[in-house]
Amino acid sequence: MAEPLLELKDLRVSFPTEDGLVQAVNVVSLSIMPGETLGVVGESGSGKSVTFLTVMGLINRKSAIVEGEVIFQGEDLLKLPVDELKKIRGSKIGMVFQDPMTSLHPFYKVGYQLAETILAHEDVSKKEANERAVEMLRTVGIPRPDQRAKQYPHEFSGGMRQRAMIAMGLSLNPDLLIADEPTTALDVTVQAQILALIDRLKEEFNAAVVMITHDLGVVAEHADDIQVMYAGRVVEFGDVDDIYYEPMHPYTWGLLGSIPRLTDSLKERLRPITGLPPSMINVPKGCSFNPRCPYQFDRCLTEEPELIPLDGHHAAACHLSLADRRKVLSEGVAIQR
Amino acid sequence: MTRYIIRRLLWVVLVLLVVVFVTFVIFFLMPSGDPALRFAGKGAQPQVLETVRHQLGLDRPWYSQYFSFTRNIFLGDQNGWPGLGFSFATRVPLKDILFERMFVTIQLAVGAAVIWLLVGIPIGILSALRPRSLMDRGAMTFALIGISAPVFFLGPLALYIFWYKLGWLPGTGYKPLSSGFGPWLSHFILPWCVLAVLYAAFYARMTRANLMETMGEDYIRTARAKGLSERRVVLKHGLRAGLTPIVTIFGLDLAGLLGGAIITETIFNIPGIGQYTILAVRRLDLYAIMDITLVAAFFVTFANLVVDIVYAFLDPRVRYD
Repeated sequence: MAEPLLELKDLRVSFPTEDGLVQAVNVVSLSIMPGETLGVVGESGSGKSVTFLTVMGLINRKSAIVEGEVIFQGEDLLKLPVDELKKIRGSKIGMVFQDPMTSLHPFYKVGYQLAETILAHEDVSKKEANERAVEMLRTVGIPRPDQRAKQYPHEFSGGMRQRAMIAMGLSLNPDLLIADEPTTALDVTVQAQILALIDRLKEEFNAAVVMITHDLGVVAEHADDIQVMYAGRVVEFGDVDDIYYEPMHPYTWGLLGSIPRLTDSLKERLRPITGLPPSMINVPKGCSFNPRCPYQFDRCLTEEPELIPLDGHHAAACHLSLADRRKVLSEGVAIQR
Repeated sequence: MTRYIIRRLLWVVLVLLVVVFVTFVIFFLMPSGDPALRFAGKGAQPQVLETVRHQLGLDRPWYSQYFSFTRNIFLGDQNGWPGLGFSFATRVPLKDILFERMFVTIQLAVGAAVIWLLVGIPIGILSALRPRSLMDRGAMTFALIGISAPVFFLGPLALYIFWYKLGWLPGTGYKPLSSGFGPWLSHFILPWCVLAVLYAAFYARMTRANLMETMGEDYIRTARAKGLSERRVVLKHGLRAGLTPIVTIFGLDLAGLLGGAIITETIFNIPGIGQYTILAVRRLDLYAIMDITLVAAFFVTFANLVVDIVYAFLDPRVRYD
């Protein structure tokens, strides 16, 4: 088996605050192979963004406690000094953020912001950097890229800005692109375009992609593997088929039940997960999902479930017996082939 | 843009007209004494008073005086354009006096502005980058003291130390640059610094707050994610957005001072607009008061316009049409 491109080993991230220690990421391990697409799914506050901001070194090193290892191409990024890390940022790992409205600098022209990325990593002339910036804008499907490059972000629509962000993330042909909720702030029609674009470019640039989202629907068509996070932990992991057709964690069932489907009859209602995600300061004892889980029993209140491999690739962290879970599944959680 | 500027210039004129009107009304409706009596001296014969009144034009109704004053400003008087009238006290045309004093005040204000920008903004930047550090706390303590210490306290204190005790600097007064760079600088350096303290403290705080807010923006995270050096992230992406609002404040602060730094000019005996303000009010010198008010109002309204235009160049999202 080939070397993983990125491997997180027992990553923990916590932030000391006046109210107590915020456990944003509570032991996450995962690995991504070159060229693979990993979908990371969870509600707001599940630690999915913090996990990958930590990979990029974009959380404040002074205000956070980070434990574990982040191995990227054989190097532990957590041990790298900032100067070394910044050579990797933007060039080997590109990142696309959630809100394209606020993620581009309002005072600089889009082409300039792209060229700046290239100039930061490669010893090329400004002219060449500008030309490559225009070329990247063309690649991500922005019409009249030479004129668009001379415009400011506020002259771009949301979708166009996100395309520009993607162009920026990919401008140095990175091995990994981290897309943090790249479609959340966009119109539904634009969402599909952006996802298709990421798919196409992933092939073109031969990059691995991490797609962070709260929407299982988004990753369904675009990911190879899916990791479901809850309260700073991975609760289920598997390939797309595992997660969609044989989900083995009550939280995943909840997520699937909350996706509206056109095939549902009108009488069938969405089944939202009741309650709210837990406070990251007072994470519930035992399984952190227990206050919202319809299937919880006494063991869930005391013992933290491990992420146990089920078959092959698929793993879930739940105390329910496999037989019980299969039974619940067959009795009809919102799964439709 | 041109249309916008023209429209704004018309507004400037309108505001100035209103300011002149209000000042006139205040002078005549709430009289604090009779300028003619002041000029003729106590116990003057009624005929003499009448003559003086006539010479000063005070025998005409106030609105007639108002109209001739306003007309002179726009069309000029026998002393050229703009017609600024004459001093009741000395019967000398005010135009030359005012321009001379304005030049002195400009030197004072601009010099102080350079100092407060050079001190306040770097302190603010350093503080913003290391919030709650020793350096930050020290700087913000300085800022608090600077904001709290009034010029009428700092001025005499500085004079006492650097002139009276140490003898490093000459005393008060004004030496034009034509009398040599050394004398000019040594007479200006204390008033500059004393005047700059308050503003430096204020700008340090403002820069710190603005930059800290900017550094939390999403586009700063993007800049870091691109792999830019921290230097570039702060000095280019951070400052560009963080300092832009300060341009607005700076324009207005400078304009306010150009209308006269009354206390500083008085303490250091600098013959600028501010000092003349006190003189004019004391002498009930109507036209001098009017002119100074007009000059101050002009600087403020005009600076507002300049700031708005500059802002359109600094922030591409701002467009006027």
